[in-house]
Amino acid sequence: MGLVENGKLPKPLTALLNVSRKYSLWVYQWGLACCAIEMGAAFGSPRYDVMRLGVIPFPASPRQADLVVVSGTVTDKMAPAVKRLYEQMPDPKYVISMGSCANCGGPYWDSYSVTKGVDQIIPVDVYVPGCPPRPEALLEGIVLLQERIRSEDMGERRNGDPIVVS
Amino acid sequence: MTATTDARKLAYIAGQAADARVNVELETEGMTLNIGPQHPATHGTLRIIVRLDGERVIAAEPVMGYMHRGYEKLTEVRTYPQITTLVNRIDWLGSFANEVPFILAAERLMEVEAPPRAQWIRTALFELSRIANVVLFLGDMGVQLGAITPVFFAFRDREFVLNQIEAVTGGRFHPNFDRIGGLKDDLPKGWIDETRGVLDRIRTFCDEMEDLVAGNEIFQARTRGIGVIPADVGLSYGLSGANIRASGVDWDLRRDSEMGLVHRELDWKVWTHPDGDSFARYWVRLQEVREACTIVGQCLDGIPSGPVMAKVPRIIKVPAGEAYVETENPLGIMGYYIVSKGELVPYRVKIRSASFNNVSITPWLLKGVYVPDVISILASLYFILGDIDR
Repeated sequence: MGLVENGKLPKPLTALLNVSRKYSLWVYQWGLACCAIEMGAAFGSPRYDVMRLGVIPFPASPRQADLVVVSGTVTDKMAPAVKRLYEQMPDPKYVISMGSCANCGGPYWDSYSVTKGVDQIIPVDVYVPGCPPRPEALLEGIVLLQERIRSEDMGERRNGDPIVVS
Repeated sequence: MTATTDARKLAYIAGQAADARVNVELETEGMTLNIGPQHPATHGTLRIIVRLDGERVIAAEPVMGYMHRGYEKLTEVRTYPQITTLVNRIDWLGSFANEVPFILAAERLMEVEAPPRAQWIRTALFELSRIANVVLFLGDMGVQLGAITPVFFAFRDREFVLNQIEAVTGGRFHPNFDRIGGLKDDLPKGWIDETRGVLDRIRTFCDEMEDLVAGNEIFQARTRGIGVIPADVGLSYGLSGANIRASGVDWDLRRDSEMGLVHRELDWKVWTHPDGDSFARYWVRLQEVREACTIVGQCLDGIPSGPVMAKVPRIIKVPAGEAYVETENPLGIMGYYIVSKGELVPYRVKIRSASFNNVSITPWLLKGVYVPDVISILASLYFILGDIDR
């Protein structure tokens, strides 16, 4: 994917690639704590049904995933595993930080064993606030990320500000 | 090269091969398999290091602490009303049930008692959170064994229970509704009738699960006789809840002790199963959801009128002393030991959570089982990582 990352492709081809990427996001569910259940509800329950958005939540390993949802408290003991997971994913890759714990530490802001925000370890594209966020909030985050992917220039991908769902 | 040397070489090779075959049969090279820290079967981040001989587990060691968030230390710098916000998140599937023993312990120290209406509503919400918790287990156990459909059913029907909890408390997941001396609010209008409809739905769900999962031949083959816990071993490891009742121990704190809720005034039954295997644990939980529906139904019929909040000072200072209260939570016995020095914050809170003890049996239980059975045993033990590591 060197060509795509360097932004050397002609525009129509980039647009085509972006639309295809937008509607075939493979999500790896990195469920850690309470938010994992709400993520499960968003991805696995008939009421929210994420697949209608073109998101496939069943990759068997991070090596097949485009997007990872870090949902829940990242502890200092877990942090190396999160980092390793991110490094195993192929480019282009996206990260959604779900819930207050993954955003900034949340209710455990003064705990001795909690990493205050997963963005200390890996770059985050979308922050979904809430404790835990409702499944709708996660879906909103995914939709906003898809919007960004659609109009994305791969060369400038890493310079944009993260999305904050509000 | 002559024919004789050729023959001799072949004989030599054949001899070596025969030796090798004998060696393979006699001993296999051990292998260490690392399950987790992120694995669907572990409901989060439990890591289990299993030492394998062929396909048989010879040693299993659970590695905990991936979800350790330091609750017991954090409670020392939070006021009592703030602590309910924290302890909600211990067992995140049945959040309301986590608050209850803490509040009861604080109430015992302050010598206040919640009004009867608050106690009845507490009991109803306590059992609703049990339903919300165990319903997901009933579906999830199918997923662990390769049946995806049950979990969709579980999520579908769990949403209705969460709706009812949200209608009362305002929180889908973490209600933070229990107060020292009562409840934050009264029930909303029309809630009781709606909840009756939801209970019918859950009963139908239980029937579905009994046919679809528990009655399934493959499911039974994978769970019957697998992971048998004898009653005395289970008790010596401190198992509680449905895990020990599935081993035939008739022990339920809701019936056997004065918890502070109104369970003893209601008519319900404690289910046990003599087998102690994975299937028994599934079956007992299935019956417990049905019993919980019965309990909630009776609560709805019997809620007395009156206030929901006792007279409690605005700024809560708990008098010096210590109290220990344990209740029968969805996962087992959960207890809080509070030591107070008469200040705004507790001096020390020790949390006894069910899953920690339930998981402590895994090294004993997993010894000698096959690798696929590790998953089904872990799923049937039913632990929640926040409840283990706290």
